[in-house]
Amino acid sequence: MSDFTQNMRNASQEKDLIESLVSRTHFKKPEIEALIKHYKRLVTCASYTSTNRRGLMDRTIFRDFLLQQFQMTDDIFMDRVFRAFDTDNNSYVSEEEWVTGMSVFLRGTVQERVKFCFTVYDLNQDGYISREEMFHVLKNSLLKQASDEDPDEGIKELVDIALKALDQDHDNRISFLDFENSNKKDKYTLVMELLGPCLPQDCLRDAYEATYCAPANKQPFA
Amino acid sequence: MGKTLSTVAQWTSAAGSKRLEFSPKNETILNSIVSFAENYASNNPEEAQMLFKKALVWKTKLRPSELNLNAEGDMFVSGDKHKSGQSLITYKKAGNEVSVHCLQSLIQLFSSAGDCKMEEARFCLEGNSDPLANMCGDRFATVDSEDNSTLRYVEEILKSKGQGKGEGEQDEENEKETEMLMIMRMVMTIIEFDNKLMKDSLVGMTHEIRLSPSQANREIDLLSKIAGKDEEKHALLAISYTKPYTYEFANGCRAPFHGQLKGDLCYTSCKLHDSDETLYVTANTDGWFVNKGPSDDKDKEFQKEEECYRSLVALLREKSAKFGENIDKQEFKKNQKSSLEKEIETENRGKRDGGRSNSQSKIKDDGGHDDRKHLKKKSERKLEPSVKWKLLGVSKTDEEESEKKKYGKPQSVTISKGSPLRYQSDDEPFEESSSESGEEEEIVERRPEATSDLPSEYWQIQKLVKYLKGGNQTATMIALCALRDFNLATVENCQLAVRDLGGLDVLINLLDTEESKCKMGALIILRDISNNAHIRRAIADLGGLQTMVKILRDPNKDLKCLAAETIANVARFRRARRTVRRHGGIKKLVGLLDCTLPKSDNVSEEEEKNIEVARSGALALWSCSKSTKNKESMRRNGAIPLLAQLLKSPHENMLIPVVGTLQECASEHDYRLAIRTEGMIQDLVKNLKSKNPELQMHCASAIFKCAEEKETRELVRKYGGLNPLVSLLESREDKLLLTAATGAIWKCSKSRENAQKFQELKTIDTLVSLLQDQPEEVLTNVVGALSELAQDPPNRLQIRKAGGLPALIELLTGTNKALLVNVTNAVGQCAEESSNMDVIDKLDGVRLLWSLLKNPSTEVQSSAAWAICPCIENAKDAGEMVRSFVGGLELIVNLLKSDDKEVLASVCAAIGHIAKDEENLAVITDHGVVPMLAQLTNRTSDKLRRHLAEAIARCCNWGKNRESFGNAKAVAPLVKYLKSKDMDVHRSTACALHELSKHPDNCITMHENGVVKLLIDMVGSKDDILQEAAAGCIGNIRRLALANERSKHK
Repeated sequence: MSDFTQNMRNASQEKDLIESLVSRTHFKKPEIEALIKHYKRLVTCASYTSTNRRGLMDRTIFRDFLLQQFQMTDDIFMDRVFRAFDTDNNSYVSEEEWVTGMSVFLRGTVQERVKFCFTVYDLNQDGYISREEMFHVLKNSLLKQASDEDPDEGIKELVDIALKALDQDHDNRISFLDFENSNKKDKYTLVMELLGPCLPQDCLRDAYEATYCAPANKQPFA
Repeated sequence: MGKTLSTVAQWTSAAGSKRLEFSPKNETILNSIVSFAENYASNNPEEAQMLFKKALVWKTKLRPSELNLNAEGDMFVSGDKHKSGQSLITYKKAGNEVSVHCLQSLIQLFSSAGDCKMEEARFCLEGNSDPLANMCGDRFATVDSEDNSTLRYVEEILKSKGQGKGEGEQDEENEKETEMLMIMRMVMTIIEFDNKLMKDSLVGMTHEIRLSPSQANREIDLLSKIAGKDEEKHALLAISYTKPYTYEFANGCRAPFHGQLKGDLCYTSCKLHDSDETLYVTANTDGWFVNKGPSDDKDKEFQKEEECYRSLVALLREKSAKFGENIDKQEFKKNQKSSLEKEIETENRGKRDGGRSNSQSKIKDDGGHDDRKHLKKKSERKLEPSVKWKLLGVSKTDEEESEKKKYGKPQSVTISKGSPLRYQSDDEPFEESSSESGEEEEIVERRPEATSDLPSEYWQIQKLVKYLKGGNQTATMIALCALRDFNLATVENCQLAVRDLGGLDVLINLLDTEESKCKMGALIILRDISNNAHIRRAIADLGGLQTMVKILRDPNKDLKCLAAETIANVARFRRARRTVRRHGGIKKLVGLLDCTLPKSDNVSEEEEKNIEVARSGALALWSCSKSTKNKESMRRNGAIPLLAQLLKSPHENMLIPVVGTLQECASEHDYRLAIRTEGMIQDLVKNLKSKNPELQMHCASAIFKCAEEKETRELVRKYGGLNPLVSLLESREDKLLLTAATGAIWKCSKSRENAQKFQELKTIDTLVSLLQDQPEEVLTNVVGALSELAQDPPNRLQIRKAGGLPALIELLTGTNKALLVNVTNAVGQCAEESSNMDVIDKLDGVRLLWSLLKNPSTEVQSSAAWAICPCIENAKDAGEMVRSFVGGLELIVNLLKSDDKEVLASVCAAIGHIAKDEENLAVITDHGVVPMLAQLTNRTSDKLRRHLAEAIARCCNWGKNRESFGNAKAVAPLVKYLKSKDMDVHRSTACALHELSKHPDNCITMHENGVVKLLIDMVGSKDDILQEAAAGCIGNIRRLALANERSKHK
């Protein structure tokens, strides 16, 4: 196959992909195109410095992206967000995964976001958030401890409090149903990110959307 | 002499010439000086003839002839001459100046002055403030510092004696020596006399130290402690500072400045056991005296009535035997005060007593005051259990409460009152709103007794607040979510726990973060706990409102809603409302109202949120609209059209805050106009038919306020609002709804057509049935409606038939001002019907009306007087009835002294009716009605003029009243009334003039004031009565002229 036909095929494949993504995501076609453009740029920029030559986004690139665009700093959550994007578990986020992930990450409905957060919090992906997982997630939450107190004691108490808020069926662990129900009860969706921020802040999200997924023809300089 | 004169004697401070004040002390000094001089001169003739070193010169009032002087050039000189040839007395014509050169002649001069001796002595001393220096030489001049001039003089004498001198000089030496010795003796005697004089006057002075403010206050404090009800134990019943002069100025005085000019320190009123009258006593710098008590006239107020006493106790002893008896029994009770306070007091006392002279004690006093403040602060700090108490300003009031109880006397003034308005120290006074009914006042917090009783929630909340403070964002969120699950909106313990554990500060700080989830969580908690009044104040104190106002502009709609809802809660007290306004909150809140209501039923999530935002904005504005300035600010920011738009909403939860805001604002005229012109009446009427009683209530109360205007009343009827209003009367249990509905009916019934409609709806029966067992607000409105409806004669009968009269008369015994005004109006309207009058008379209604003339409110007075008119008109044997009220006629005549126009008009009308009965007319004439009426003739109000003229016309029919009116100069002003534009004034004035013209003098006055021309115009009037009266008056004037003519020609 010549490069030309290869390119042609890629182009038509990409076109098909975009068509299918329009129906599956909250984005419009130009927005998807803009997102993919950004994806490619991220990958190409990274490819100069790293060994990654496959043209796919790996964990490092994604973490850098999260850090730069959404100011996420927590290691655990950055990894977990990557895993949530990487639906086929191949350690790379493909273009398709990128767009579908971003759809939830930026514009997800409450239901979608709840699911996303649950996936992030469920570290071992067994369908439950256990006490241990919560402890792991919250272990850096308390800024300073009173000297006479066991540092873990405070965290354990915090886990108890969080568990009380989320565990609807009182089985000491949080199933997806528990998590979903507690969110339904909460008009202001505060419990969604209860165990730590894993979705972008409002202002950063708006800034990103304005910069990277605004349709090209609306950009004044285009 | 010099020392006494310069220190003790009282010199007037008039600049330039020094003059001796005319005071008893100076008189004594003068007397002793003169008598000393006379004695000295007669005992030591040699020294008396010694020539003064410098003549005593002064301006005399005596004439040279009185002094036996001989003219010599432009001077007069005495016949006696010193051996050196110097005349002993010389008198300069120019300036009447007399110079005296030796003591002998001074005494001579005094004796020839006769009665004016003292005066001359005074002039002499005024002219020569240090006579010793004149007499014996400047070396003996009085100096303030140590004076050893005499000592040196003695040394000089001794020296000259010891010196051997030449023979020739011996004689001269001898002469000089004797002179020196003479001077020496004289100086010594005079100095000795000076010292004695000084001592005497000092003894006198210790008896008369002037009273100081602190002394006066202390004496009153002391007496207030031994005041009480027990006649055997307590010396007097009560003592307090006379109101309104209770405020202590910085100088310790309580008297107003004009009083202080007279030397008044404070005024007190004492009640004694053996006298009913209050004794008003002034504390003046001169002492204590009884005054005439407070009076409206500033000049006569607290005028001195009796002589001065040294102390208040002495004065009271004189006034009351009982006091004298009991005061001796008083022991110096041990002060029942905390040791700390005693400390303060003794310290103050020490300081005060330290200084004697005025200026000194003042300085010390101030110092003492500061110290007290300082100590007081200290004590506060000690007693305060936690910082938060201070925040709410409750600790001090508690303390004071117990303080008061301890003494049992509110007027004990030992400690300066703490200001309860601790946080209201801002510059501008609070704006008041007429409709500020829902205002909450500062409530003293009820607290659990000890920490052991704290509920388990308290400890859980404590844990959460700990994580709120000491965690990162995630921990904070967990704590917020857990906190939210407590029942914070209703359980007071939880609300206060959040505050007491320091959670409030953190929550308010969270509002300043970037993280919208945190802000949201914090706002949810704040919204819930701000249902508590204490929390509201605390939030405002911590500056939470400012941040919340900022959040109103946040793009996140949930945040906007929460912030607005929290503001709605917090802004339930005035200071918070003002804060919201000052930080531009009103504009932002009005901005929230701007949302387009969805046309169709299926509402998108986005639209729903917009509606929610608008609703929360309306909620916040509802709270804010309780302040007048906020209403104005809302209007300026364009709230009215937005509210009108939202009023079309089908949702009750939106309508309630919107209508609530509207009804709150309808107290302002601008809003009422806008509500009418923006077509909101229709929506209000529509919502009257809603199922929600709260919404109905707000709609009714909005109509209540708006229906002040005629056009609005028409609109309410046009849109069919009267039916639902009447049907709202069925809800007897909901008093608020009932108040609003009856109020709306009252105002609407002011239009005739509406009244007719109500008649058709048989509203009277329902209203009458509401006259019993209702709160005053409902009664006021019901009675108001009845009085409006009773303007139609058939309705009056209907009220009687429904049994309303007894209930109305019963209400005349009430005290509520607004209610009384309406009741008197209603009774007055009913009395227009003579069949009703029988019932009213039987129920003694007229007597009750009459007694309301004594009501302090002028509105009640006037409406009672108006109501009395138809009663007298329609009662059988009204004259007898009026006479039967003991003192009633005097009472009503005295009301003519009132300042209120309406009262005067109504009383004139009543007097017009009373004067129809001749006997009563005689009585009121005795009470001086004629000059009082005459005095009122200069007023310009047409309403008053009309009734005044009527009263004058009727009062003419007795004795010499016509003549008295003429003498009191009532006629000329009456003529001017004919130039008024009001026909009613013309009619009654013409009647009055007709009556007055029956006396010839009055005719002359009228004619002089050009009445004839005016009356001739009136004769052409269509009004029969006016025509007739005018013609009669002209006839009388003409007849007088003819008679005059005739007598001339005879």
